[in-house]
Amino acid sequence: MTTATAAQETQTTYVDAISQALDEEMRRDERVFLMGEDIGAYGGAFKVTDGFFKKYGEWRVLDTPLSESGFVGAAIGAAMMGLRPVVEMQFADFISCAFDQITEVAAKNHYRWGAAVPLVIRAPFGGGVHGGPFHSECPEGWFFHSPGLKIVAPSTPYDAKGLLKAAIRDPNPVLYFEHKFLYRRIKAILPQEDYIVPLGKADVKRPGRDMSLITYGAMVHLALEAAEVLQQEGIELEVVDLRTLIPLDKETLYASVRKTSKAIILHEDNKTGGIGAEISALLTEECFDCLDGPILRIAPPDTPVPFSTPLEEFFLPKVSDIVAAARKLAAY
Amino acid sequence: MDQAVVAQDIKRSDLLDMYFYLRLTRSLEDRITALYRQGRIVGGVYTSHGMEAIAVGYASALQPDDVIAPFHRDMGAFLIRGFSPGEIIAQYLGKQAGPTKGKDGNVHMGDLKRGMIGFVSHLADNMPVAAGAALAFKIRGESRVAFAGTGDGGTSRGDFHEAMNFAAVRKLPVVFFCTNNQYAYSTPIRYQMAITDVVERAKAYGMPGEIVDGNDVAAVYLASRRAIAKARSGDGPTFLEFKTMRMHGHSAHDSATYVPRQLLDDWKTKDPIVRAEQLLMQLGYGDESYFHEVGERAKKDVDAGTEFAEQSPLPEGRETLVGVFATEDEVLP
Repeated sequence: MTTATAAQETQTTYVDAISQALDEEMRRDERVFLMGEDIGAYGGAFKVTDGFFKKYGEWRVLDTPLSESGFVGAAIGAAMMGLRPVVEMQFADFISCAFDQITEVAAKNHYRWGAAVPLVIRAPFGGGVHGGPFHSECPEGWFFHSPGLKIVAPSTPYDAKGLLKAAIRDPNPVLYFEHKFLYRRIKAILPQEDYIVPLGKADVKRPGRDMSLITYGAMVHLALEAAEVLQQEGIELEVVDLRTLIPLDKETLYASVRKTSKAIILHEDNKTGGIGAEISALLTEECFDCLDGPILRIAPPDTPVPFSTPLEEFFLPKVSDIVAAARKLAAY
Repeated sequence: MDQAVVAQDIKRSDLLDMYFYLRLTRSLEDRITALYRQGRIVGGVYTSHGMEAIAVGYASALQPDDVIAPFHRDMGAFLIRGFSPGEIIAQYLGKQAGPTKGKDGNVHMGDLKRGMIGFVSHLADNMPVAAGAALAFKIRGESRVAFAGTGDGGTSRGDFHEAMNFAAVRKLPVVFFCTNNQYAYSTPIRYQMAITDVVERAKAYGMPGEIVDGNDVAAVYLASRRAIAKARSGDGPTFLEFKTMRMHGHSAHDSATYVPRQLLDDWKTKDPIVRAEQLLMQLGYGDESYFHEVGERAKKDVDAGTEFAEQSPLPEGRETLVGVFATEDEVLP
């Protein structure tokens, strides 16, 4: 994890890092305003905007009707007029209701007729919270295939804050996938001064010699755990955190795989047609000569995210899956 | 429209300007259709033939810094906002000089600097977008209005209802309209909704609505002007149903044999240009020779535009790769 030199006294959780980024950007730029369901007096389903309503008022912390397509469309219109809306999806799963506005309007407006859409959509995604099929999804793959969108998925409080600030300052539509499993489970000391994490830059979260593990979001932490286990066996895992899915930092990926000659891709979205498939194809096209083994993918099965604890545990990738894949790949 | 009301409420010069834009719209779209039939325009051609009064009327009632999210049969709005016939024909020909530089075709054009939001084929998509533009005006305390519409078919979509509801809840400075031209492609309105007047939909959102004769440019102008003034004064959105008839197929390829002949014959007598000429004559603002002169002026503009568009270059193939993302300097202040 990237740590700061000028440290605060207190540790900041992942969810507080997101709140801080919103608060600081709203203070810094009066064009920034928030829209979403229950984000006002209630402070949001996950309390990301707790206290904002009082501080900024009902027109900058705007409670919307229950209509994702309508309020994403409205955010697009406000963004085109020069404001900087940050929309909260209550759960990333509900983004499907706004799919058309995101892929057909926000993503294409600049390409078609030159209208910039500086819009951020925050989407709490991912499983491990007993949410079931409608509160656990990882829908980033749907948008990964739509030109005109940027996609971010931070794994640490530092990245969460810095990437959200960068997303708000970007003149394009950015989908910001924040992992709700991480909200209150991880903490870090953050810099006191203003900083951003630039979009489009991956981060090697743990260097290693023997194989590259490419991942993002909550899976980064699973990969770091697995790396500890594998180290005992003499296998050095390099953990590459993509941080931004679009634009993809191909240079960092290729450099890592050229160094290790082996690659595993891990994600929480289901396997078929996922981001891992695209990365695997890119590595085959660009790094084939360096590869000493097959590119492996670790991802959930092609099912909805199930509810019951044993089912969800079965569904989600585990440390043991990574260890097993790494052992298999080490044998090449 | 009663001539006494028109004489009192609409400036003569405004009415004459509207008449010119009716003629320019018809002349331009007739040319575009001819170019399509000659095989020089590829792709879709959706015209406003017989419905020109709607866009000409509402766009004339707006201020220059108001924003329009047009229906796809609103050529008059583009012309009034300063899109030249040359630019527009270049757009249809896929030329570099078109507003989208060949990235998109026909009426799918826009330009924020001229307050035109680019049309999206998914009907009603731009209604929430227009509500959002109005939200920006309200947040910034600006005295601007958004004006957005769709067709009768488009009012079946969720985005129509989500936009109406959101705008009404927040009393946004937006005017919504429906061009009820009785057919969505081949589907008649009776298969689209269980009501006869689209305006009834407004009631469900606590929004005032009005039925307007969409073939009477003066009626469209006055109804739009009232709704715009209301929105501008902070009294919230209005819904206008412009009743009209699509006098041809959905697109230039469609012969529309599914439309009863009698219906078209009935509506032919209500042609908006003929109606405008009758009104101008009643008011003593124009006569046959004036109408002829205006028609010639419009044709001359369209001829010059055609020549410009045909001479302007096509984009290079590699231009495909340009413009997926915006740069900071392109964000509106």
